[in-house]
Amino acid sequence: MTATVTKTLDERLELFRQMLLIRRFEEKASRLRAKGLIPGFLHPYIGQEAVAVGICDQLRDGDALTSTHRGHGHMIARGADPKRMYAELYARETGYNRGKGGSLHMMDADRGFLGANGIVGGGIPLATGAALQMLRGRTGGVAVSFFGDGATNEGTFHESLNIASLWKLPILYVCENNLYGEFTRQDKHQSIKDVADRAAAYAMKGVIVDGNDVEAVIAVAAEATARARAGEGPTLIEAKTYRHRGHFEGDMARYRPQEEVDFWMKRDPLDLYEARLTGEFGADADAIQAIRDAVEQQLDAAAEWAGEQPHPDPSESTEDVYVDSYEGAALR
Amino acid sequence: MTTFTYADAIRQAISEEMDANSDVFMIGEDIGESGGVFGVSKTLWEKHGHHQMWDTPISETAVVGLAVGAAMMGARPVAEIMFSDFSMLAMDQIVNQAAKLHYMTGGQLSVPLVIRMVTGTGGSTAAQHSQSLEGMFTGVPGLKVLAPSTPEDAKGLLRAAIQDPDPVIFFEHKLLYGGRGGPAGDVVPVDPIRFGVGRIHREGTDVTIVSYLRTLHHALAAAEELAEEGISAEVWDPRTLVPFDRAGLAASIKKTGRLVIAHEAPVRGGFGAEIAAWAASECFGDLTAPVLRIGAQNAPIPYAPILENTVLPTQASIANDVRAFMKRAR
Ligand SMILES: Cc1ncc(C[n+]2csc(CCOP(=O)(O)OP(=O)(O)O)c2C)c(N)n1
Ligand SMILES: [Mg+2]
Repeated sequence: MTATVTKTLDERLELFRQMLLIRRFEEKASRLRAKGLIPGFLHPYIGQEAVAVGICDQLRDGDALTSTHRGHGHMIARGADPKRMYAELYARETGYNRGKGGSLHMMDADRGFLGANGIVGGGIPLATGAALQMLRGRTGGVAVSFFGDGATNEGTFHESLNIASLWKLPILYVCENNLYGEFTRQDKHQSIKDVADRAAAYAMKGVIVDGNDVEAVIAVAAEATARARAGEGPTLIEAKTYRHRGHFEGDMARYRPQEEVDFWMKRDPLDLYEARLTGEFGADADAIQAIRDAVEQQLDAAAEWAGEQPHPDPSESTEDVYVDSYEGAALR
Repeated sequence: MTTFTYADAIRQAISEEMDANSDVFMIGEDIGESGGVFGVSKTLWEKHGHHQMWDTPISETAVVGLAVGAAMMGARPVAEIMFSDFSMLAMDQIVNQAAKLHYMTGGQLSVPLVIRMVTGTGGSTAAQHSQSLEGMFTGVPGLKVLAPSTPEDAKGLLRAAIQDPDPVIFFEHKLLYGGRGGPAGDVVPVDPIRFGVGRIHREGTDVTIVSYLRTLHHALAAAEELAEEGISAEVWDPRTLVPFDRAGLAASIKKTGRLVIAHEAPVRGGFGAEIAAWAASECFGDLTAPVLRIGAQNAPIPYAPILENTVLPTQASIANDVRAFMKRAR
């Protein structure tokens, strides 16, 4: 069974808007970092936008997801507010994590976004545990764990998939195979080409999807979430994609052959979708331009707002170490 | 009349908290129908069923990681690590995830989780099934660390730990399960015990011996020996290492003027080092002698009983060490 999801033109323009919002958010963050306004690491999601937007399109309130060090795209696709994201990158009091997390730990618990993660593979058991709690509570919710090709060599991946299959947990394991783990190409870090093959080891359904085709991602997400909600267990989805930039801001990515980069740049998920929108789906150029303008304005305003936000007070450094610190005794 | 053991205490604490709150569940290896390697979860499967008893494959990272993820969604899991030595396989989920999530997300969510770990020697259980690793966890902000020495404390502290909003590491000494010293009765009611309140097990005036878990019982026996020789030792059990009852210990030091710390973990880097350093700086005026630390030799735990007895502190070695200390200290 392949789920067919039919979208209206407006819904399709919305998908495009979300992808563009992620793209521009990351480009702007990169410029702000270059200006010295953002301390710490940034791992841009540019090139992989269709995966986050396609998967999150099929999520509902009460669902939960975990992300990676490359987490901004997932968070925006889940509906997080770019203002508060920039404020967090700026390490300000009104940022999502009140300036205590930054890019690597950004969380929006209200939207079930259980966090980026600084540990490769670290979020996979967390999402699996979230799925366990949904199963226990029969909430009908699903959990999603996003991770990279590199993370599938971590023990957390194997331990989690084994249990999720055994207990038929309502979860989607979404591997964004962008061909590299840091500076190491996939054929140098694992002997398989298709991560989806690993599903067989856990008697789990594994599917491969073009991660640069947002509607193709939506189709597999629709089927996998329907199976999960129906109690039929987890799915391993491998989305083939590519990061346009280096591993993190500052990495020139010279380890990648030029032909490979050229091949994937021609398969830019936004270009591909824009062409379909204006061709096959009959969107007019003005509608697309209006989206571009709105995204630009939103992000300019967001970054400006973030820049005006207060820094955390130094007294907050020992706040929230514990929910109950026993009047500070646990802090001593 | 049966005796209420340390194992009974733990089982009852879990069962009572499960009755009180359906979001409490256990997760771990062989905890289900088989009742666990030490029989701690016996009858819980029959009583509480699959919904509250999640018997997992041998996957320590996943045991803890799933518990953390479920706790983030509002559950109150009790994860079991069969031997604390195996917690090394789950360190990322404990140290990098559970301990820090509340803080690094700016307090957005909490991780109300208990990780029970079976600690210490079982008698020739050797290097990979005998360690006392509590000092690794006391050094991680965000964790609370408990070390009950008696059945009543085990029950009261575990109930409080399950109700606590933060991640709690709960150490159970495997040689205490049989439970010497418990009161008579099948089910003994114990209220949750507030963390950070130590307990004087034996009053004394010459020296304070701080100890916990199985070593506390060695220290108590050593104190009886010493009493016959005219040395009056106060034996004080912190019960919880984080938070730690500094005021309680300070009061005892004020009375005795001398401090000895005895635990099963190696002396170097053991939690005793923290207690000693704190006392040396905060109770300096009350101390009439340098602080003595007693612990395992700085070696892995060996298999041969004769070697194990040499490496670990015993009643006799504690008595000897305190005797020599008192000679020097007079
Ligand atoms: C446990 C752990 N090991 C190593 C790292 C350093 N590191 C950060 S990202 C990364 C590569 C991850 O590759 P992949 O999972 O494919 O994700 P991608 O970066 O391609 O999105 C590495 C090795 C880390 N953060 N955590
Ligand atoms: Mg990768």
